[in-house]
Amino acid sequence: MTLAADRDEAGELVVPEGYVKLTIDGLEVIAPQGELIIRTAERLGLQIPRFCDHPLLDPAGACRQCLVEVEMGGRPMPKPQASCTVPVADGMVVRTQHTSAVADKAQQGVMELLLINHPLDCPICDKGGECPLQNQAMSNGRADSRFVDTKRTFPKPLAISSQVLLDRERCVLCQRCTRFSSEIAGDPFIELLERGAGQQIGTSATAEIATDDASRTTEGKPFQSYFSGNTIQICPVGALTSAAYRFRSRPFDLVSTPSICEGCSSGCAERVDTRRGKIMRKLAGNDPQVNEEWICDKGRFAFPYVSAADRVLRPQMRNPKTGNLEDTSWTEALQVASRGLLEARERGVGVLVGGRSTVEDTYAYSKFARIALGTNDIDFRARAHSNEELDFLTSRVLGGIPEGGVTFAGIEAAPAALCVALEPEEESPIVFLRLRKAARKKSTRVFHLASWTSPAVTKTFGTLLPAVPGEEPRELDHLEADVREALSAPGAVLLVGERAAEVPGLLSAVGRLSDTTGAKIAWIPRRAGERGALETGAVPTLLPGGRSVTDAAARAELESAWGLRSGQLPAERGRDTGEMLRAAADGELAGLVVGGVDPDDLPDPALATEALRQAGFVVSLELRRSAVTEHADVVLPVAAAPEKDGSFYNWEGRHRPFDVALHRSDGTMLPDCRVLDTLAIEMDADLFTQTPTAAADDLRRIGRGRPATVSTPDQPAAPTPTRNRANQAVLATWRELLDGGSLQVEEPHLAGTARDQYVRMSANTAREVGLGQGQLATLSSDVDGDGAIRLPVEIADLPDGVVWAPARSEAGRLHRDLGVAHGSLVVIRGGGSEA
Amino acid sequence: MTAEAPEEAGTASDAVPLPADSPFGVDTTAKAQRIIALYPQSRSALLPLLHLVQSVQGFVSQQGVTFCANQLGLSTAEVSAVATFYTMYKRKPCGEHLVSVCTNTLCAVLGGDAIYGKLREHLGESGKPLGHEETAGTPGERGSITIEHAECLAACDFAPVLQVNYEYYDNQTPESAVELVDALRRGEKPAPTRGAPLTDFRTVEEQLAVGFDTDPEAVNGPSASAETVRGAQLATDRGWTAPTMPDDAALPPVPEKR
Amino acid sequence: MTDKLTPVLTKRWLSPNSWTLHTYEQLEGYTALPKALRAEPEQLVQLVKDSGLRGRGGAGFPAGVKWGFMPPNEDKPHYLVINADEGEPGTCKDIPLMMADPHSLIEGCVIASYAMRAHHCFIYVRGEVPHCIRRLNAAVREAYQAGYLGTNILGSGFDLDIVVHAGAGAYICGEETALLDSLEGRRGQPRLKPPFPAAAGLYGQPTTVNNVETIASVPYIVNGGSDWFRGMGTEKSPGPKIFSISGHVEKPGQYEAPLGTTLRELLELAGGMKDGIPLKFWTPGGSSTPLFTAEHLDVPLDFEGAAEAGSMLGTTALQIFNETVSVPWAVMKWTQFYEHESCGKCTPCREGTYWLAQILERMVDGRGTEEDIDTLLDVCDNVLGRSFCALGDGAVSPITSGIKYFKDEFLALCEQNRARNSEPALAGAGS
Repeated sequence: MTLAADRDEAGELVVPEGYVKLTIDGLEVIAPQGELIIRTAERLGLQIPRFCDHPLLDPAGACRQCLVEVEMGGRPMPKPQASCTVPVADGMVVRTQHTSAVADKAQQGVMELLLINHPLDCPICDKGGECPLQNQAMSNGRADSRFVDTKRTFPKPLAISSQVLLDRERCVLCQRCTRFSSEIAGDPFIELLERGAGQQIGTSATAEIATDDASRTTEGKPFQSYFSGNTIQICPVGALTSAAYRFRSRPFDLVSTPSICEGCSSGCAERVDTRRGKIMRKLAGNDPQVNEEWICDKGRFAFPYVSAADRVLRPQMRNPKTGNLEDTSWTEALQVASRGLLEARERGVGVLVGGRSTVEDTYAYSKFARIALGTNDIDFRARAHSNEELDFLTSRVLGGIPEGGVTFAGIEAAPAALCVALEPEEESPIVFLRLRKAARKKSTRVFHLASWTSPAVTKTFGTLLPAVPGEEPRELDHLEADVREALSAPGAVLLVGERAAEVPGLLSAVGRLSDTTGAKIAWIPRRAGERGALETGAVPTLLPGGRSVTDAAARAELESAWGLRSGQLPAERGRDTGEMLRAAADGELAGLVVGGVDPDDLPDPALATEALRQAGFVVSLELRRSAVTEHADVVLPVAAAPEKDGSFYNWEGRHRPFDVALHRSDGTMLPDCRVLDTLAIEMDADLFTQTPTAAADDLRRIGRGRPATVSTPDQPAAPTPTRNRANQAVLATWRELLDGGSLQVEEPHLAGTARDQYVRMSANTAREVGLGQGQLATLSSDVDGDGAIRLPVEIADLPDGVVWAPARSEAGRLHRDLGVAHGSLVVIRGGGSEA
Repeated sequence: MTAEAPEEAGTASDAVPLPADSPFGVDTTAKAQRIIALYPQSRSALLPLLHLVQSVQGFVSQQGVTFCANQLGLSTAEVSAVATFYTMYKRKPCGEHLVSVCTNTLCAVLGGDAIYGKLREHLGESGKPLGHEETAGTPGERGSITIEHAECLAACDFAPVLQVNYEYYDNQTPESAVELVDALRRGEKPAPTRGAPLTDFRTVEEQLAVGFDTDPEAVNGPSASAETVRGAQLATDRGWTAPTMPDDAALPPVPEKR
Repeated sequence: MTDKLTPVLTKRWLSPNSWTLHTYEQLEGYTALPKALRAEPEQLVQLVKDSGLRGRGGAGFPAGVKWGFMPPNEDKPHYLVINADEGEPGTCKDIPLMMADPHSLIEGCVIASYAMRAHHCFIYVRGEVPHCIRRLNAAVREAYQAGYLGTNILGSGFDLDIVVHAGAGAYICGEETALLDSLEGRRGQPRLKPPFPAAAGLYGQPTTVNNVETIASVPYIVNGGSDWFRGMGTEKSPGPKIFSISGHVEKPGQYEAPLGTTLRELLELAGGMKDGIPLKFWTPGGSSTPLFTAEHLDVPLDFEGAAEAGSMLGTTALQIFNETVSVPWAVMKWTQFYEHESCGKCTPCREGTYWLAQILERMVDGRGTEEDIDTLLDVCDNVLGRSFCALGDGAVSPITSGIKYFKDEFLALCEQNRARNSEPALAGAGS
């Protein structure tokens, strides 16, 4: 759609199929059918003031600020029309406030009415300086008010959740927040209350409904949504503010940098606002191809980790006499690290890269392993993983770019989508929003292969394909004809989460389903860096650019590009994360380089701890003190994402570059690639990754190699575990979005909006083990280990004999504390008193 | 927008099951389910369900909100939004009787304001007039009365009117209204001018919720007074009628399809 | 020339137990239904078009045209919704009709549903009239038992269910789209139009919303034919109409007369002004229709006549006020009503009524100024035609018409204020 439309010989605008021609303020314009007047005017550069209108929300026509005069077929409409609700039509003549005295007066009148009850507290309001009401009152309002009577006031502010605060007297009741919550997020927990001039936004907790003694147990519920922060951003006044930002800063004090969210693999566009070396807030950026104008609350609010008290800011080395870690200089730390690694290299050093690194950093790790350490023992998968997965990623995911693969837009356009081992709202919130939009706007059929009807199933208008953990591959192979048919429609998509690696045979079944239906596969890991790490060869089987480590020609190509001597690159498949840990624990590996890995995220945290203890020499590149730090010989501090430039590949394979957003006031933090580059030089190897730009240039220079030829995996499903004792159930689990993960530290307001945590089971299962709704259940491992997770029961539609628990909760972590995972047998017992 | 699927089919509910000892037991749940069954989409039952909740507790409590949310798969905020919109849903426990005095312009000018003022004073204590939606006596106890000023009650030919539990007491005066509330306080139930024999607020709320169960005696309570039939009576007296209908008026032919 | 009163809808009201099926059947009840069920639905739509029946809920939209907007097929479920949310101040015709003769409404519902291919009909009654709801429910029950409702009605193969639905106290639910939202269990706030209800109404399906009096007229039109119906009233506003006369008259009540009857004629029937005190102002069709005065006694009360004289026919709720009533006070009371009943959705109505009520309260309290009158008129101008639905337009009607005809009374209030303020302020006075 362009404004410079074609004109025919007579100079008339040519109206293409599907477009109409109209006149706005005397200017002829063509517009697509169905476009609202307010947007056509905007494309012409004619700004019509508005509050309730938002391009991504359904039209409301509530604030009446955007009134214009409209004429159809030569007949003026009797009343001014809300330009946010009226679609353009052929021959329509529109007069905005610029050419119509009626429209201008109507707008000034509405503005005066909006302001009669609005407080003049702009000087202390967070929105002051970036406020649509303030701005439009100046551009389209009267200079002074005639209102001399009593303004409506409310006690303020009202906390509608731990994160979102409401100042009701500032609210202009445009309903953007309530419409966002019910339409976009599907979380109608914030609503209009009362009526007329008493109308206000609120939750059931703020509704003035009497609380007598008998009712005390069921207080109203707060605004508990993973997307609540968006309501603050789209509020056109200062009615909604965040506990984190309220009264912290003025817009004109902020330095704003467009950036990319490091929170998950969607790679949302965002804006980071900093002041004097600290992040003050994050806002959603506008990227129609990726996150539209939304981000999740984790992406928005989970940034205090950057300035956490336990940040490692100086290099540290272990004092050989005391055994304690002590601050040291970069020079000494790098020398010690280099010496240690060179010694260990003889027997072998493995590289564990976390899944959150940038493309440039994983490239540096990949190159460091190959050149400085001479090994293919490198893996980014700090989570459950398998060879089947590696084959799947190599054969089905690697190298796919948005044009060829599944994209956000592809999800929206898909006739059907199936989520496999992916709980989208918890594990990829923006994918969830797109799925919901697709279902709501385009009637996409959404299927979820999972164990119960979670909120995301409901909110995507979805259909649950129930599966007992471990049985998922068999379910996929035997889908009902109706489902298979839906997935066979052109454009259908399979959205596969990283958890698929937990179930033997599942990724093989996904491949078969794709092959037989034609549905395209999208692999959607949780962490931001995983896709980039795959592309840059941070795996034991692949070199950067998708080259196979066992392909001599590919190795030769890379050796030449990297300036290595022929045959220098290791030719054998390396160890994956689990193999490295076992090898280290068994003393077969002499050293580990660990970058951003939390041992508790690994399938076997005990093994990881043992590996760190047994490895002769451990170099840790870290943001904050961690379980790895305890065992590290050298700790090298690195920059957090906002402190460096670089890029991610999001799950679509879309390149998401970003600049430095935060310049710390207490010194510059170095990105991993720079630290590794310098360390490599100490070890007499050149990585050419001094800066992310250099690393990116080097990566671009080597390009993509001959694609690795790996056939799609064909692993059989594991036999179903048999429940052979009473009180035994098969465990289903995933991580929830807000669960105290490492990026979420030091943000209590955000933590307060986490979901209530439950152990879920069917009514039958609960009855079998003598539990009921709300009672405390205790989960322990099948082998009666010491650990126990205690949470209240919620009855849900799980298959009998299956129990669901959050992977991580305040009650404990399933991997670490029970040593169990999705598909394990667990024992359920009553936990005593009621919750 | 999906025409077939209602929006709430795709939204989350936060309602949790009520405790076993909640006032909304199996009986109320059964009534709720019968109401829901009347509608093509369950959410339509929300207004009747809120009346049902009032019939149990005499007002809409937080528990009542949760009860409705549970029955209909709504969020408690969605139910609160509706409960706070409509004037008939009371936020505080109502007395045995609810006395509504019309104070809209026409009733007001004919004495409605005076009646309301008189009742406020008469029911107030120690010189403090009773306020809108305040209760004389203890809610739940016999003879307790909540008063409110009401908007037009659609009985203007009987102005000034008041209602007790929404039954009409027509052509009132301050004196007749005082007599009426005094009788109510004594536990008497003076018959309405038009309406069913007087019961109490909660019984009427139940009839509004489950109207299909109303007993015949209540149905046959008086509904017309002289004012209602004045025109019809005058026409009869004067022999005025509408034009006579033809014996067999033909219907127009089936219009041709355009 | 027709008689001065033409009881059609009100004819049965005099009969004992007029609300029972027995009485209704004895007085030609349910005789239109078999005739209608033998016809094609299109014939009935055409009949109602031919009759010129216009909506009795206030807007006067031709009922047959509205019916004709419904899709001529059954690809989707269709709904008929009866607007029985009578609440416009002064209006008190539908409730007596439903209490006295509920079966006429039900018979009309079955015919209208058949004509519009609806199999589900809802009667949305304001909640404050339980007696009316009882009568309707009892009548619906009787009609089911007699085979006038349910499946295969009178052997025609046509099915219809009727549900009587109680509202909960909100004037705005008389607006048809607000009523639909309310019937869907939501806050009664008006919807964007288009889509109009005939395209996407209740549950997003084709729906027609009609007033009680409109639908209750249908059986008579089926039996009497369009010419008979047009034998009453005027060319563009045919038929009989229930005029509700209230206020300062000797005999307030319901008077069914042909459209086009004047207040002078009706007043005569109602025994004249109470105690002989002269007429000062009146509403032709509820408080949302601009006020008339004694100079409008001969305005023909039909849709055209009322509009030409600067008001609207509305619901033919004639509220009569004599010379003892202060216009600014009456206008203030009505404005407080609109403030209380504004749904809150749009700015002009929500904030406008809030502001207007405060100015009027201040003026009536003797604290107004002449500028306040200008402000009132300008705020009204900023509300009229700027609000989301017609409630805002209705809210400013009493104010603008009140000032138009009785500006002196508003000025007099300001005069009092000026007189008070212009008293010399001595040190310490008034503190």
